[in-house]
Amino acid sequence: MIAAFRIPGAGRLKQAETARFSFDGQSYSGVEGDTLASALLANGVHLVGRSFKYHRPRGFLSAGAEEPNALVEIKRDAARKTPNVRATVQELYDGLTAQSQNRWPSLSFDVGAVNDIASPLFSAGFYYKTFMWPKAAWKNFYEPKIRAAAGLGVAPDQPDPDHYSARFAHCDVLVLGGGAAGIAAALAAAETGVRVILADEQADFGGSLRFESGAQIEGQDGFAWAQAAVAKLRDMDNVRVLSRTTAFGYYAQNFVGLVERVSDHLRNPGGELPRERLWQVRAKRVVLATGAIERHMVFADNDRPGIMLASAARTYLNHYGVAVGRNVGVYTANDSAYAAAIDLKKAGVDVAAIIDLRDNPTGPVIDEARALGIEVNFGRAAIRAGGKLRVSSMTVQPKNGGGERTIPVDAILMSAGWTPSVHLFSQSRGKVAFNDETKRFVPGTYAQDCVSVGACNGTDGLSATIDEAYAAGAKAAKDAGASVVKGTKPKVDASESWSRGMLGAAPGAGPDTTVKAFVDFQNDVTAKDIRQAVHEGMHSIEHVKRFTTNGMATDQGKTSNMHGLAIAAETLGKPIPQVGLTTFRAPYTPVTFGSIIGHARGPLFDPTRKTAIHPWAEAQGAVFEDVGQWKRAWYFPKAGEDMHAAVDRECVTVRKTAGLFDASTLGKIEVVGPDAAKFMELLYTNPWEKLEPGRCRYGIMLREDGFIYDDGVVGRLAPDRFHVTTTTGGAPRVMNHMEDYLQTEFPHLNVWLTSITEQWAVIAVQGPKSRDIIAPLVEGIDMSDEALPHMSVREGRICGVPTRLFRMSFTGERGFEVNVPADYGQAVWEALWAEGQKHGACAYGTETMHVLRAEKGYIIVGQDTDGTVTPNDAGLDWAVGKKKTDFVGIRGMARPDLVAKGRKQLVGLKTKDPKVVLEEGAQIVEDPKQAIPMKMIGHVTSSYWSENCGRSIALALVAGGRDRMGETLYVPMPDGTIEVEVTGMVFFDEKGERLNG
Amino acid sequence: MAKAIKIAAPAPAERRAALAGQELSAAGVTLAVLPPAERISLRAPDASIAALSKALGVTLPRKPKTSASRAGRTALWLGPDEWLVIDEAEKDPLADCAKVTVLHSAVGISHRNVAISVTGPAAATTINSGCPQDLSLGAFPVGAASRTILGKVEIVLLRTAADTFRVECWRSFSDYVFTFLSEAAGDAAA
Repeated sequence: MIAAFRIPGAGRLKQAETARFSFDGQSYSGVEGDTLASALLANGVHLVGRSFKYHRPRGFLSAGAEEPNALVEIKRDAARKTPNVRATVQELYDGLTAQSQNRWPSLSFDVGAVNDIASPLFSAGFYYKTFMWPKAAWKNFYEPKIRAAAGLGVAPDQPDPDHYSARFAHCDVLVLGGGAAGIAAALAAAETGVRVILADEQADFGGSLRFESGAQIEGQDGFAWAQAAVAKLRDMDNVRVLSRTTAFGYYAQNFVGLVERVSDHLRNPGGELPRERLWQVRAKRVVLATGAIERHMVFADNDRPGIMLASAARTYLNHYGVAVGRNVGVYTANDSAYAAAIDLKKAGVDVAAIIDLRDNPTGPVIDEARALGIEVNFGRAAIRAGGKLRVSSMTVQPKNGGGERTIPVDAILMSAGWTPSVHLFSQSRGKVAFNDETKRFVPGTYAQDCVSVGACNGTDGLSATIDEAYAAGAKAAKDAGASVVKGTKPKVDASESWSRGMLGAAPGAGPDTTVKAFVDFQNDVTAKDIRQAVHEGMHSIEHVKRFTTNGMATDQGKTSNMHGLAIAAETLGKPIPQVGLTTFRAPYTPVTFGSIIGHARGPLFDPTRKTAIHPWAEAQGAVFEDVGQWKRAWYFPKAGEDMHAAVDRECVTVRKTAGLFDASTLGKIEVVGPDAAKFMELLYTNPWEKLEPGRCRYGIMLREDGFIYDDGVVGRLAPDRFHVTTTTGGAPRVMNHMEDYLQTEFPHLNVWLTSITEQWAVIAVQGPKSRDIIAPLVEGIDMSDEALPHMSVREGRICGVPTRLFRMSFTGERGFEVNVPADYGQAVWEALWAEGQKHGACAYGTETMHVLRAEKGYIIVGQDTDGTVTPNDAGLDWAVGKKKTDFVGIRGMARPDLVAKGRKQLVGLKTKDPKVVLEEGAQIVEDPKQAIPMKMIGHVTSSYWSENCGRSIALALVAGGRDRMGETLYVPMPDGTIEVEVTGMVFFDEKGERLNG
Repeated sequence: MAKAIKIAAPAPAERRAALAGQELSAAGVTLAVLPPAERISLRAPDASIAALSKALGVTLPRKPKTSASRAGRTALWLGPDEWLVIDEAEKDPLADCAKVTVLHSAVGISHRNVAISVTGPAAATTINSGCPQDLSLGAFPVGAASRTILGKVEIVLLRTAADTFRVECWRSFSDYVFTFLSEAAGDAAA
């Protein structure tokens, strides 16, 4: 059955192919090729939404991307609920389910509409004025109530099950907009053989040829020519044609972001198809063919459902075969509405009257309208619309006043003229210029390698447009490097043309303060709001915009900006260019988070880095913790053990026998070259020149300001080769820091840096039995204390593969770090593990590593330091070369505040009750009885239960800490104050005898 | 203390490469983790290039985005004084450089990197899902090489044939890179 407002034979859709859909629970049928808007209109449905602030009933204003009113929720399933979809761009598919938004309990009876009656309370600047006080109202009233009442759709409450993809692409000529101008430009460029991308936001190319019944190109209907031309372009290897693709952002150096809607129009998307695909295109030349958008007339109650842009009504008729009413009125200040009236009249729709604000316009369309018997009235204004849920009449009056006449209508088509779409041009940082004659902003000064053609450039008429676009396409190709120019310009046989129109409020827009003549439909901004803003002192258009929110809705003011500007200018008594235009910002139309995120979700949200030994630890049931992007084994619980028990056992085992620890994530940098030692001298506080090959040293790196930046053990492999280790988290930034200084401050040094973090798997074997575990597997290295003392490094072989064997300790026990090429890491670990089992060794994780080092007072950069700690603060003066005259940070370290007395210094803390473990980050005070807020003199940086010490231990930064040894300080906590004693930082084996034990 | 213990060497440790043998086929593109190779990071000033080229048996390229290849050994230009040398013929470029006395830095990174081949008519599109480089044959011909990015990680990209790329990444990023390419491959033929 054909829908009531579908006109047999009209439009381009195959009217037989039906698709069922529902809107607010009511079932309807549409045809393939419909948008949700055209299908609803075919069924006579105009009321589709409630407005943002006043909850006024709203219908369709447009037939395209500029739609401010018809925002609906599309629901595919529980997780696929997309709010704020413009019904005018949503393609219909069989089974589509849509719902209206921002209404309760129903669309036709909405309680929130009380806001419309109470609207004097909600005038411009309402939010700024009202939400000032009282404070408590924020929590109980403003946020939950007012914000909920003024709103758009509801965000989905489940994870998005769709996937999104991304593509980077390059081309010589990128053409944005696929109307007559864009197609002509793309043809001209493509025929030269250069790489061309042509993108258009619609499903079908053609732009305004969709509704311009008067266009004839190459002997055929304009729209048919467009389809044939695009088919030809699709067949060319050097051309990529993207439909349903919106260029939303124009960035630096001709970098353009586009979103392709891949499957939102399909009944069953699924499979490999992403929902959307983000294109990031770098183009040598960009051709902007973005067209123009028709403006509405500003008069009282111009927002009633059934009142729409003339071009929209014409599109619904000429493309979709749908009449927007049976008896329509026309209100215009421009010729283009006449063409709509003529087309509708010819299709059998009654046109009650054309009300033209202009005094004595002439032209063929006016003659034709009259010839068809349409009543045409000049110099008159529609001063208000009747009806509530649907327009029922328009009241007309001579524009300078006089008798009123009310004409019954069921739709009003309006046109105040056309606004060139300069959004992308403006985003490219180009400057628009105001053409005083045609009253429009057009591209003026270009900032990038782009060119505007057709309606967006203020070019009127199809012939002129195609001339301009074809020439621009050929020139863009030539500028991008094309040498061959061939092909012929499409010939225009017939065309339509219109220009001019009016800006601002028509007589029906007030000055009555109760009249609602809408400028911005989506944000409910009326002409009087703009005037009020000016009267309240907003003289810059940027202020007017923010005060009234005009143009700030998701439609970005596509239909409202120029009217708002003109009303402000008139109220200010200034010419439009002096008031200025607000800045256009990306995105041109709303962009989903999904398309921006693309592949970066789930396992691809961020890389998860695992060591070569990770599979072994996983098989052993290790619990892992995240350290930067790395997964590190945290502890290795045995059956029945909790974390505490596992860590206690690991800590005791390491000191009693030995433990194996995966230290592969440590940053490692190979510093190579004849000036390697000189470079090390400059980057670290320690002296390096005299360090013998085969020996290691604990190094500290500062920033220029004198604070500790990183630390690590460095082994000298040869006079010109150092193996530097860094903290796990610091690896990339330390490499950058070193490279930065090498390139900018010390470029005279012959030395190079190579990251070897991932070349070597590192197995720490620590504990009194460590040598016994390693020695049987090692070849070519004398492991005696004389040959391999603490802090030395040798190259040799282990398990038949190369190793860099470090004797070093981060536990205070005799210890080694076995470096082997990463692919051998797991096998060597397993061999060491087998040896370790003979001695009762354990595997230990990062928690035990932390406890053991704290027992020895070894710091962790980033935990015990925070970027404001000097070597002296950390008790590391011994690591600063006293005779050195230069290194990064040496001057910073001498700053008065860095050598002043009373700085926070790292000390140990022992709780008076040994069983109490302090909280890391807890604040420390001198006198717990002082008034709140107390004076805090430091904080706890590390705190653990130490099974080896049989008590809790902690490190803390305390003001003047080293002068407080033995003092009692206090740590106030929510459930009581904890007494602590200030101690040295070493809690275990103070003399350090176990390093050789 | 005890003296160094000398015993007969046990069987050499087994090499377990990351993602060893992983493959994926999608319409228009195949991914495969490539076998281990010898690699060095070579740094040297202009004056050393001739001697190093001679020792390596491959002329170190001097032009950005290029590589040179000979007898299973490829040198990729990564910077004005930086090359990645990959040897797939089981020869040791580190040993070759060790014989050269001219100023240079050669560091072994055979195990640092993992290589994944991306092959098929949709190979370039697959990589372009996360790599901003222009991979048309005109801009990135066979032999072209570049240190660039894929999604959130750094890769080194080498075009070995019109429809084949070698993607090199660090070992711990290989899982991310393979997963990224797998997901992109599904969309590339569309």
